[in-house]
Amino acid sequence: MEQKEDIRLMKGNEAMAEAAIQAGMDAYFGYPITPQSEVLEYLTREVPHRTGLALQAESEVAAINMVYGAAGAGARVWTSSSSPGWSLMQEGVSYIASAQLPCLLVNVNRGGPGLGTIQPSQGDYFQATKGGGHGDYRLLVLAPNSVQEMADFVFLGFELADKYRTPVLMLSDGAIGQMMERVIFHKREIKKIPKPWAATGKTKDRERNIITSLFIQPEKMEQVNLTLMKKYAEIEKNEVRFEEIMTQDSEYLIVAYGLSARISHKVVQLAREKGLKIGLLRPITLWPFPKDVLFNLADKVKAMMTVELNAGQMVEDVRLAVNGKVKVGHYGRMGGIIPSPEEVLENLEIFIQSI
Amino acid sequence: MENFEIINPQCIVDGEDTYELVYEKTTIMTDTRLHYCPGCGHSTAHKILAEVIQELGIQEDVLGVAPVGCSVFAYDYVNIDWQEAAHGRATAAATGIKRCFPDKYVFTYQGDGDLAAIGTAETIHCINRGENIMIIFINNGVYGMTSGQMAPTSLEGMKTTTSPYGRDVHKMGYPIKVSELIAPLPGAFYVTRQAVHTAAAVRKTKKAIMNGFKYQKLGKGTSFIEIVSNCPSNWKMTPLQSNDYIENEMIKFYPLGDIKVPSKEDLVNL
Repeated sequence: MEQKEDIRLMKGNEAMAEAAIQAGMDAYFGYPITPQSEVLEYLTREVPHRTGLALQAESEVAAINMVYGAAGAGARVWTSSSSPGWSLMQEGVSYIASAQLPCLLVNVNRGGPGLGTIQPSQGDYFQATKGGGHGDYRLLVLAPNSVQEMADFVFLGFELADKYRTPVLMLSDGAIGQMMERVIFHKREIKKIPKPWAATGKTKDRERNIITSLFIQPEKMEQVNLTLMKKYAEIEKNEVRFEEIMTQDSEYLIVAYGLSARISHKVVQLAREKGLKIGLLRPITLWPFPKDVLFNLADKVKAMMTVELNAGQMVEDVRLAVNGKVKVGHYGRMGGIIPSPEEVLENLEIFIQSI
Repeated sequence: MENFEIINPQCIVDGEDTYELVYEKTTIMTDTRLHYCPGCGHSTAHKILAEVIQELGIQEDVLGVAPVGCSVFAYDYVNIDWQEAAHGRATAAATGIKRCFPDKYVFTYQGDGDLAAIGTAETIHCINRGENIMIIFINNGVYGMTSGQMAPTSLEGMKTTTSPYGRDVHKMGYPIKVSELIAPLPGAFYVTRQAVHTAAAVRKTKKAIMNGFKYQKLGKGTSFIEIVSNCPSNWKMTPLQSNDYIENEMIKFYPLGDIKVPSKEDLVNL
């Protein structure tokens, strides 16, 4: 007897919130900011009838530190924000990374810099992948391009966070967070692993656990950094994720993530109708970046172009990945403006002619 | 005393002489040598905290949040599970812990910069929410760890490295009486100001910290324990002079005593 599937029509932010409850979150600490305030609203509405806790903090600074405390005590916790609020969290993120605390963090990217606009943008790519906070650390970054992925990546995010004792960032944007699509909540077994390192109360059978990012002797600090680097090397080896669309015979490759990938998918279709052999490589993890597949695709294509809602950020990582084998261009709009597939195709054709 | 025999813990036998054990170091303090300056109140405050944890028997259920400041290494001295918070954020971290693990005893231990400068928002909102934790606030009117800058609680006229001619309240703001500031918040259940520079003061502080743990079981709000303390090094005084400064100057401005106490009805289930 098959169980009826849980299929709903939901907006991205709410699907993400629902997924967190189903993933067995212990708590969510957040602060309102457009375009993701629905997360806190959904959770404060739902949580009294379900499990877990949702608390509105007094600021994003407070929220990220509540995550730090709860994660350090072994809880499954998360927070979400958008660009200006995400910036406020960077100190906390650096502390969380250094103390090696598992948690899920979400940035629903809006236009910037500064207070910016509430419209979608991909201008926080550098901040997400090169480090928004201080110090030598990396975030595992998942980039959804649909409401379904905003839900699925919550389960994946918590799992990866626990597996590697590391913060995981879901980098969404103001369109995907707001759009409504069909989403399936698959039945799944929620696995939570033991956390013997957590500060849960010193019992007689062990030494005291100290959650800290302070290592004042340089020799010890270096060891901590080496531990982090070893962990990141494991993540790079095991956790690269991407999607390839019509890359088997493509002559030119678009590289795009998130909303830009949705648009580019249509661009591929329109181009093929015109006889242009275009393919799309969609990174799903922005870090670890799918360097190897791009390096190999550079042997097959004549050029690549990134499509991004920014002034050109991921394009730098693509150029690094192909290591000079092919020319890599960029097409982008900023300030929350979303280009149509026709506009992108037009500019792709201009780029191809310029080579 | 060599070659002595302990017949019972209270009675130490040395030859024909017996001695009653009246004091021993609490088992909750580690043997790590304290880094605090001679005469610093932190040493005494840590010891009181550790003694209370031992006497209440809650070592396995207590979680501390350490600040940024001289006491950043509190976790080296008190043998419980600790978390080190970012500067000013201890009360936010403690909120996260207590909300997820409400049966644990949770406390923060913070200095005047941590709690009343960079952490002001987190302090006020934690108390405003009535988080069932204890906040231990060590107020010594100066920034110790960073070598003596002015603090929000530095007294008017106090010379520090960033108020070299003395604190001018018209330019630099006034010293803040934090206990009085937060006491009116309904979420503040128990607010008291104590000290550790005399034996009598130590006994009262110990009672206050004991309450700060016990009251958590009532779930009725935050216990806020301000401890007026010293910093001989950055006050540029000897330890004894610094104790006089506490007695003659600090306590004049920061009077000791209970600012807000729970009613008898509130304590019925204790």
